This record gives sequence, structure tokens and C-alpha cells, in this order.
Amino acid sequence: MSSDWPLWEVFVRAKGGLAHRHVGSVHAPDQKLALRHARDTYTRRLEGVSLWVVKSTDIVASDPEEAGPLFEPAEDKIYRHPTFYDIPDEVKHI
Amino acid sequence: MPSLPPIERDVVKRAEKAPASGAFDEPEAEEPSANPLEDGYYDYLLRLGDDALILGQRLSEWCGHAPSVEVDLSLANMALDLIGQATHILDHANNGYGDELAFERDVLDFRNCWLVEQPNGDFARTMVRQLLYSTWQHMLFEQLAESPDPFLRAIAAKAVKEVAYHRELAGEWTIRLGDGTEESATRMRDALDWCWRFVPELFEVDEKLKALIALQMVPDPRSFEREYRAAIADVLVEAKLEQPDDQRPILGGRRGHHSEHLGHLLAVMQYLPRTYPDATW
Repeated sequence: MSSDWPLWEVFVRAKGGLAHRHVGSVHAPDQKLALRHARDTYTRRLEGVSLWVVKSTDIVASDPEEAGPLFEPAEDKIYRHPTFYDIPDEVKHI
Repeated sequence: MPSLPPIERDVVKRAEKAPASGAFDEPEAEEPSANPLEDGYYDYLLRLGDDALILGQRLSEWCGHAPSVEVDLSLANMALDLIGQATHILDHANNGYGDELAFERDVLDFRNCWLVEQPNGDFARTMVRQLLYSTWQHMLFEQLAESPDPFLRAIAAKAVKEVAYHRELAGEWTIRLGDGTEESATRMRDALDWCWRFVPELFEVDEKLKALIALQMVPDPRSFEREYRAAIADVLVEAKLEQPDDQRPILGGRRGHHSEHLGHLLAVMQYLPRTYPDATW
């Protein structure tokens, strides 16, 4: 039965201020039940305060074959990391 | 060799002599209690606690058998919510020893309503049973959360959120199955026909309940009966299901009269602690 249902990707916000994180997927017949299934499957132990579900087929993914041109050029660009200046002591949370 | 009692040939004649209202309809006269209020309160705790315990046990029977792993979790979550409620309520009723009440009573001492002990049947019947019970429990607990009794107020305030979710979920499934395929709609109609006769018991007010209502300690279920019927009717309309005709109600669970199904449920539920009384885990 559940294999007849579309797959939904589940995102959980652990607490206010944090971003939603992908935690897994559920099968469900429609949007409303996808949320219910996500709640029952992924927030049973107080994991979150907010849920998103997105139909898996609605996610546009990069092609693994293109990983070279897409990602490798960034490998030798260490100057893009913000590590070349001193952080003043007064600045917290960085 | 002792002989068996003779088989009665006049079954029909005897049936005619039986009261038209049925054996379970009228409460039997009870001996007056020395402390009616305390007994009534205890009895009320058993009614609430046994409803939650028995329905929780029923739902847990689905574990590993539900139509999908997601639904399996939904049903198990509901079962755990209900067994949690039962644990609190029965512990309170028995000074911290709720397990004694759960595992060491027999059928006649249980005070749950008939609806919750009904077998799961198919998924449709489980969902109809859940909708009919959770809607009632939700409305009851909303009012019970205002009770002057601190225990009832606390348990109801905590559980009402769980129960609101059960009600929502059962409603969603009722709508999808009722307005689904021809087969799912047929199964839902059968499920409604099965469960409908157990609804009036939820609104029955006997002497024990009347005494607690008079003290404004607990809500009168009749005060939300109209709202309940309207809420169920709304879900059924959206589910494109017709409300069944009212059937002859079946009453008596609150007085210990139960269907044969409860005994089988207890046999499974109580097997382990009765066979191995010292078992711990």
C-alpha cells in the first residue's frame, strides 16, 4: 500500500532560530497526511518545533556526473574562507 | 455418571418472556454504599482509565500489521498515549499500584465502554472506532480540564492535546477512506454500522455519574452530545458517508457488562503478569 503513495522528504526545525534540516522521508497519499506521518515518524522524541514536507519529485538535484565542474573548482580557493583576519575578543558566537 | 441438564425446547417461549428492553439496558439495583462519593469518584477513575487502557491495548495489536510503516507508527503512538493516560489514572485510583488494576481484575470489574473493546476488524473499523471515541474523549477532557479536582484537571489538561491529535488523525482517515475507492467506502459503511450502536453509551448518565455531576466535579456528557453529533456529522459529510440509522443502543460497560471480546483481550494482556507474577523488565 505505502509503495503506491508518493514519497515526501521531511525537514525538521529543532528549535526556534535554527534552520530546518533534512531528516528522512515518508510515504503518504497527500500533503496533509505527509505532515502527520512526518510528525509520527520523526518528532516522537521531541526532535522539533516545526516540520516541512516536500514531494521528493519536486526537489531538483544536481547531477553527480557533473560533480567535477560544479564543485572541484572551489578546492583551491581557500581565500574564500573568512580565516585571514583576527576576530576581536568582544565578538562572541562566531 | 452425572448427566447434563436437559436441553430446553422452549427457547422461543422463554425469549418472549424476556424483557423487551434487553438484559443489559437497565442498571441493576446496587446495595447502598457506605461512602457513595468516594466510591463514585473511584468508579469514575476506573471508567476513564479502563477506556484508555483497553483502547490502547487494542491499538497496540496493530503493531507490525498496519498498512504501512508510517501508519504502524501512528497507531503505536496513539496506543502509547492512551496507555500513558491509563497508567496515570489507574495509579491514582489505586495509590500508585495501577498495574494491579490493569492485570489483576477480570472482565466484570472493568468499567470501560463497549466501543473501545470492540475488535480492530479492518483498518476502516479501527479508524471509525477511533473517530467516535476520540471525538468524545476530546470534548470530555476539554471540560474536565476545568474540574475543581486537581488530579482530574491535571490529567485532562495534559491528555487533551494528545487526544486532539487522535481525533484529527482519525478524521483525516475517515475522510480519505469514505471518499476513496468503492472498496474503502464499503468498508467504512460496514465499520460505521458496527460501531454506531455503541455511541449512546458514551452519553449515558447513571446514578454514580449523576452524583459527581451534581458536585460539578465532572462534566455531564449530555451537555456536549449535540456538539458531538454535529462534529461527527461534519466529518461524515466530508467523507461522503451517510450517517447510519440509530440502532438499539448497547449499554452496560460502565457496570461491568461487556462483550465477549473483552475476555479475549484480557487473556492476552494479562497473560504474562499472571503467569510470571514476579517478572520484571
